Amino acid sequence: MRNLRASYGQGHVLHGVDVDVALGGVTAVLGANGAGKTTFLRAVCGLVKREGEIHFAGERIDQLTTEDIARAGIAHVPDGRGTFGSLTVEENLRLGGYVRRDKAAVQRDMARMYEYFPRLQERREQQAGTLSGGEQQMLAISRALMLAPKLLVLDEPSFGLAPLITQEIFRIMRAINAEQRLSVLIVEQNATLALAFADHACVLETGRVVATGTPEFLRDDETIRRAYLGY
Amino acid sequence: MTNSYAATLPRTQMPALLRYRRFLLLLLGLAALSIVPFALEDFWVFQLTLVMASSIALLGLNLLTGFNGQISLGHGAFFALGAYTQAILMTQFSVPYALALPVAGLLCLGFGMLFGLPALRLEGLYLALATFALGVALPQLLKYRHFEAWTGGVQGITLSKPEAPFRLDLTPDQWLYFFVLALAVVCFLTARSLLHSHVGRAIVAIRDQPIAAAAMGIDVARYKTITFGVSSLYTGIAGALTAIAVQFVAPDSFTSLLSIDLLVGIVVGGIAQLPGAIYGALFMRFIPTLTEHLSKSATGAIYGVILIVFVYAMPYGIAGFVTRMFMRLTQAMKRRGS
Amino acid sequence: METFLHQLFAGLATGGVYASLALALVMIYQATHLVNFAQGELAMFSTYTAWAMVSAGVPYWIAFVATLALSFAAGAAIERLVIRPMANAPILSVVIVFIALLLIFNSMAGFLFGTDMQSFPSPFPELEAIQNPYFSAHEIGVLVVTLAVVFGLYSFFRFTSLGLALRAVAVNPQSARLVGIRVGSMLALGWGLSAAIGAIAGMMVAPIVFLDPNMMVGVQVYAFAAALVGGIDSPLGAVLGGFLVGVLENLLGAYVIGTELKLTVALALIVVVLIVKPSGLLGKTAVTRV
Repeated sequence: MRNLRASYGQGHVLHGVDVDVALGGVTAVLGANGAGKTTFLRAVCGLVKREGEIHFAGERIDQLTTEDIARAGIAHVPDGRGTFGSLTVEENLRLGGYVRRDKAAVQRDMARMYEYFPRLQERREQQAGTLSGGEQQMLAISRALMLAPKLLVLDEPSFGLAPLITQEIFRIMRAINAEQRLSVLIVEQNATLALAFADHACVLETGRVVATGTPEFLRDDETIRRAYLGY
Repeated sequence: MTNSYAATLPRTQMPALLRYRRFLLLLLGLAALSIVPFALEDFWVFQLTLVMASSIALLGLNLLTGFNGQISLGHGAFFALGAYTQAILMTQFSVPYALALPVAGLLCLGFGMLFGLPALRLEGLYLALATFALGVALPQLLKYRHFEAWTGGVQGITLSKPEAPFRLDLTPDQWLYFFVLALAVVCFLTARSLLHSHVGRAIVAIRDQPIAAAAMGIDVARYKTITFGVSSLYTGIAGALTAIAVQFVAPDSFTSLLSIDLLVGIVVGGIAQLPGAIYGALFMRFIPTLTEHLSKSATGAIYGVILIVFVYAMPYGIAGFVTRMFMRLTQAMKRRGS
Repeated sequence: METFLHQLFAGLATGGVYASLALALVMIYQATHLVNFAQGELAMFSTYTAWAMVSAGVPYWIAFVATLALSFAAGAAIERLVIRPMANAPILSVVIVFIALLLIFNSMAGFLFGTDMQSFPSPFPELEAIQNPYFSAHEIGVLVVTLAVVFGLYSFFRFTSLGLALRAVAVNPQSARLVGIRVGSMLALGWGLSAAIGAIAGMMVAPIVFLDPNMMVGVQVYAFAAALVGGIDSPLGAVLGGFLVGVLENLLGAYVIGTELKLTVALALIVVVLIVKPSGLLGKTAVTRV
């Protein structure tokens, strides 16, 4: 079943991009700097002007505002983390659960986040801005998960992070995807990591999709391998 | 906001009329302005004199706030300083008005630079408050009884309007009109050449990117203080001229409302645009009388509504609006031409 | 000693009014980076509507609550109709819009309610039991009310979800949208609250300075100064600044310069403070990344 389907031209940056994310699957969007990956994600979540169709769980969402898209069940972890710097870790998480009605479930989810990321629990009363890069990324992801979303959208989660932390984060995300069958749309410059995580991938180049398929398919393709995987 | 008329036609393709438009407009304007005092009654000549004096004040404030980015909510204080200095010199020391004027100006220059020094430490809102405090404090000081011997206290000082020199056949109003016109032209030309020089570029750079400007070696402190001084100089001269024209200075003419009016003037006229001073001065002088005409008791409300409409319709001021209209005109011409 | 204490208490009472107004200013500033210059005039207009109701026979506390509700609605309406469309205009244009609002409310008050000075009732009864030379019942009442406002706001922001959402909007509006917060509604809420606080301040101060269209001008200047002295991005600073300014104003007025130059000297002192510590007492010195 099609979970998310996006196809549009955004005039200046994207020129007709078609991307699918299957229910419970992980789709990676790869590409060099400036290929339009972040713009693509921003367009999906309504942060930039866009034209075209976006289907989500059988409904069109391209006319909705960012807030309503979030309420529809798409959680976006922006590049640069987007944490509320002067608020505490706990407050950041509470904000993730802001729109949900079932407060008991929110409490349970918060406890679960602390299980996934024990470091956050240690720092729960600390101001988010004082956390390290890796911890902020964990916080950003947790906050997104607190929305109990149907689709998790990640924008360059590995950016600026040390390799060990990145691996830990990806490991946890794989676990979450497996446990909750949460669909994931991830944009990554680090193609190796992304391909290891995803079950479907596409490559963007200057605003157009130039290749799409399973990770194995992409790895087998020599030009793609040379250009994006470096070997 | 570009302050050059960035037309879409290259200069060589424009018809001669447009190419030298600014120069021609200026000549035309000056010619018209020179004929006007003979065509109108003294009252209107007087009003136009006040408009020109106000435009000098707005030039000063625009220099500081529009081009240099230092918000001043207290320029009424320098206006008052210039006016009172002029008045005191003329009445208490019998200095002829033409000599008193530069003294008033220099005094304001000095005080402006003096105020500019602590202003260096304040940014944005904080500077706005400090200047506002200045604007509020000065009228109170002027009313202070210990200074009454000099300032005339609440009653103020009356001046006499100067007669035309060399026995020219002009009424005092007409003579004053030309005097102020000449000064206004000088002030505008000086401001223009200042802004086109390296000093002007430094001033604008400080507004846009203060850190980069400092990193490039621009002495930010010096330029900011100088700009404050020059801006006060202009405003002080405008105050002195207005004092001569109105023949009267009193503390209640220089309340904080004046400072607000000046700020409104440069925003409505057009921030960081020289012609804005003229549009703004016209707005300042004529719109309040218009609103009073429309409704005696709710005049402030109508004025406020007019302000809001102006700001919505022309966020870059009247000057910005005029520039845009001109660009559309040249674009249309280009389309027809090509 | 007696007069000193008397002035001190009077200063604390007016200080409480400055503190609540300053707090409202900081609230709006944190959320929008705009300073609500028209706050005082709005407050004055609200006080006039309360006066109109009381004059028509409505019991004080009912008029009080009704005025709060009306002010809240007016504040939210202003945000939606006047401020929001200016979201992308140059900052000085927005300042002019505030000035325009200021003039409109000032003039409308005179137009609708007349420009004669009116007396405004104090709801705090001058009981025999509390009569003393140091403070009046009204002053204590004002102090209690303003402290209640301050603590009420603090609790709202610290302990409720709505307060948290408002804070989130102030810190990072884009991320707030990403968690589903309707930023526009939050801003309208903030403005409504600020207007309501202004109304309370106006109704507290009116019995002391008498009601007339220019009643709040001086008060607003002090509130503005208090917010800046405390640090425009620090709510606690705003409150402290308010009390400081209130006490300073009264003590200086009584002992140093007399009421003539009160405003001048108080403002001069504030400017000195700002020169010594440019971002205010509790403000954070902005470290700009180059």
